[in-house]
Amino acid sequence: MVRAAVIAAALALPLPAMAAPATTATPPRRVVSVNLCTDQIAMALAAPGQLVSVSHLAREPQSSAMVAEAQHFPINHGRAEEVYLLAPDLVLAGGYGGASVALLHRLGVRVIEVPPPNSLQDARDAIAQVGAALGREPEAAAMLADFDARMAALALPTGGDRPLAATWGANGYSSGGATLAGDVLRAAGFSLLADRLGMQGSGYITLESLVMADPALIVTGTPYPGASRAEEIVTHPALSSLSGRIVHVPDPLWTCPTPQLLDALALLATEARIAAGHPAGDTP
Amino acid sequence: MSRAPLLLSLAALVAVLALASLLIGPAGAGPVASLKALWGGEGPLGIVLREIRAPRAVLAVMLGVSLGLSGAALQGYLRNPLAEPGLIGISAAAALGAVIAIQAGVSTLGLGVPAAGLAGALGGVGLILLLAGRGGSGLGLILGGIAVSALAGALTALVLNLSPNPFAAYDIMFWTMGSLADRSWAHVLTALPLMGLGWAVLLRAGRDLDALSLGEEAAASMGVDLGALRLKIVLGAAAAVGAATAVAGAVGFVGLVVPHLLRGAVGAMPSRLLPAAALGGAALVLTADIAVRLVMPERDLKLGVMMALVGAPVFLHLIWRTQVGK
Amino acid sequence: MSLSLRDLTVRRDGRVVVDRVSLNVSQGSFVGLIGPNGAGKTTLMRAALGLIAAEGFSDLAALPPSRRARRAAWLPQAREIAWPIPVEPLVRLGRRTDPDRRADTPAVAEAMAAMEVTHLRDRPATELSGGELARVLIARLLAQRTPLILADEPVAGLDPAHQFAVMALFQRLAGQGRTVIASIHDLTLAARFCERLVLMGAGGRIVADGPPAQVLTPERLQQVFGVGGSFLPTPSGPVFVTLPPPPSSPAPAPPDPADP
Repeated sequence: MVRAAVIAAALALPLPAMAAPATTATPPRRVVSVNLCTDQIAMALAAPGQLVSVSHLAREPQSSAMVAEAQHFPINHGRAEEVYLLAPDLVLAGGYGGASVALLHRLGVRVIEVPPPNSLQDARDAIAQVGAALGREPEAAAMLADFDARMAALALPTGGDRPLAATWGANGYSSGGATLAGDVLRAAGFSLLADRLGMQGSGYITLESLVMADPALIVTGTPYPGASRAEEIVTHPALSSLSGRIVHVPDPLWTCPTPQLLDALALLATEARIAAGHPAGDTP
Repeated sequence: MSRAPLLLSLAALVAVLALASLLIGPAGAGPVASLKALWGGEGPLGIVLREIRAPRAVLAVMLGVSLGLSGAALQGYLRNPLAEPGLIGISAAAALGAVIAIQAGVSTLGLGVPAAGLAGALGGVGLILLLAGRGGSGLGLILGGIAVSALAGALTALVLNLSPNPFAAYDIMFWTMGSLADRSWAHVLTALPLMGLGWAVLLRAGRDLDALSLGEEAAASMGVDLGALRLKIVLGAAAAVGAATAVAGAVGFVGLVVPHLLRGAVGAMPSRLLPAAALGGAALVLTADIAVRLVMPERDLKLGVMMALVGAPVFLHLIWRTQVGK
Repeated sequence: MSLSLRDLTVRRDGRVVVDRVSLNVSQGSFVGLIGPNGAGKTTLMRAALGLIAAEGFSDLAALPPSRRARRAAWLPQAREIAWPIPVEPLVRLGRRTDPDRRADTPAVAEAMAAMEVTHLRDRPATELSGGELARVLIARLLAQRTPLILADEPVAGLDPAHQFAVMALFQRLAGQGRTVIASIHDLTLAARFCERLVLMGAGGRIVADGPPAQVLTPERLQQVFGVGGSFLPTPSGPVFVTLPPPPSSPAPAPPDPADP
């Protein structure tokens, strides 16, 4: 099975300090998540009582799609000391754990690092990886099956004319091809401005370049409370003079492998149909 | 008199630079196509020219006029060539005022933020006059400026760091170095009323500043109302610098470099320096804003970086000369 | 009457610097204001002009600033010039309150000629020697063409020829019906050119007021300045000279208020 292979690869590859290789005879009983994406996957998959803490970001409406669920879990700030004192037998971390994760390793805590997803495939892999780490493979499989069913129902375009789209954020930040948002846009049927400009990952696009590209769709995120000059570019009047549509996709929807990821995909697939000139062709 | 030719050539220089500013940008269209697009051209290039580059060029002129004029007026009033809104902390104080207003929820497109910039600038000018005194030594002025700048800069950083908006902290560079990138006509309209008020007040102070060249006592004996003059300079500079900073951040050295370069050409008389410094400031800011786009077209290189490269050597030269002069 | 002061008193930090000075100066006179350092000469003139707060009455200080500027010109002691302004426009600054614009150019030319600075007209004032600058600033004073001139140490720092020239000019202006009040440290010059001397003593009071021969008596010189002095006959008339104090002289005593 693909999934088993993926899990094996994920477990074997980047984690030399993992104390006990995941034979998972006994599932972990005290799991602490210190990363927004692992928070949300773990909350979706964990057995009652298995997850003892999630990161503070899980409760932030600006970043988390599961704010309500996160209220049921004590939060942490990812610092080694506070995590260690929770006496976890498993810590779920993102790819950028840094010094705190290194310290937890040295203290003998079992840490699994789940790299942040940069594609829909990564998102699937992360769900499987967390499911395996928690000993909740059936739940993970069910979640992935649901994922697949919803994707199939969207009847996503496979080829043909791909209208141009770009995400547009503070300071002109735009998602590149090798990001989850970029992959979702592509899956929805768009081509990416970042790809056309030859950008590898995400990066900054000047307002002029965006206007000159005249994309069919500009996707903006949720402005944060308390204004910033960096975000003013998102509402620059030049954008509303363009012919393309501007839609708003809240960041939490497509930051992590959550069921809401498919909501974002559905919304953008509709936009792709509008841009290609066949609006309202909803799910068959 | 060489007055009219000098002002005319400065105005022509501003016009040429403004045109150049319209033609430079990452869109990379040719000059003819760009100018055609400017006059009612449809499509993206027209939008770039009319909605992005035109307000940027206009704002560069407004910023330059505000800073050049304020620098010349403050120098005339304090009788010190080092008095410059950026160096003596007025810009930093204005930025603090604007930042507090924005974080308090005041819309950046109304008059509220420029007004808060004015309020901050007033605080800065007040502190400077208190610390350095009128006609005070260059040392007192610069030390006072360092104190005000440091305090205002720290408080600005604090306010931005306390903001619930994670991008606010990224804005620290903008507020301390200034930038005209991606401004819109809304910013032009927002800043114009207070800036225009400041310009009008400062330009009218010229004759009094002339008399003040002979010292306060002589000026007072010649009929200068020193209290009214101080009010004019403080309010005029605070309005111009406050509104300019509210939309473009704190840009230093313009008010130092421009009067320094033009003083000889106008015979050092403050009333003649004022309009020349206004136009010269516009030319300098336009040049710097063109330069930041030529050096790093894809990035928002801050205006203050360019100005410091030009301004800091002039500043050092002036300090050296003031010290030698003693 | 060109200037009228009544009981003018100036306090600084609670200390009386000018004490109940009453003075009337009539049109066409050249009055020398003399006295030791710190006697309050400068403060008295500033208060008379209304440049500093004072109790009592000064007809000049009672005027609004622009009208006062047309009535009286003031030469401060500090020869301050902030910018390298050329001489001609600097002298022209004196014209700022006169509504008669056509008089500007002749007034400036006449003032520069009187102070012998016409040849410096295009030189930046900051590059001039101290004496040259002093003459330029007096030219600014003259260009104001006011009926009354108040000057604080106008001849300090000038070479003897220019000292004589300035004093002679003031004397001539008085002869033409204008009024000049100048503080002067050089008693010889004051006695020679001024028709009236006002002597101020410590505490800011007027000690004596009258023609030079009446004011500069040996007793008063001893009392106020701590020096001797006397008028000597010379080919060009009597000349006042200061002399060392007599060997047994006591320190200068406070001025006698009973003195006129």
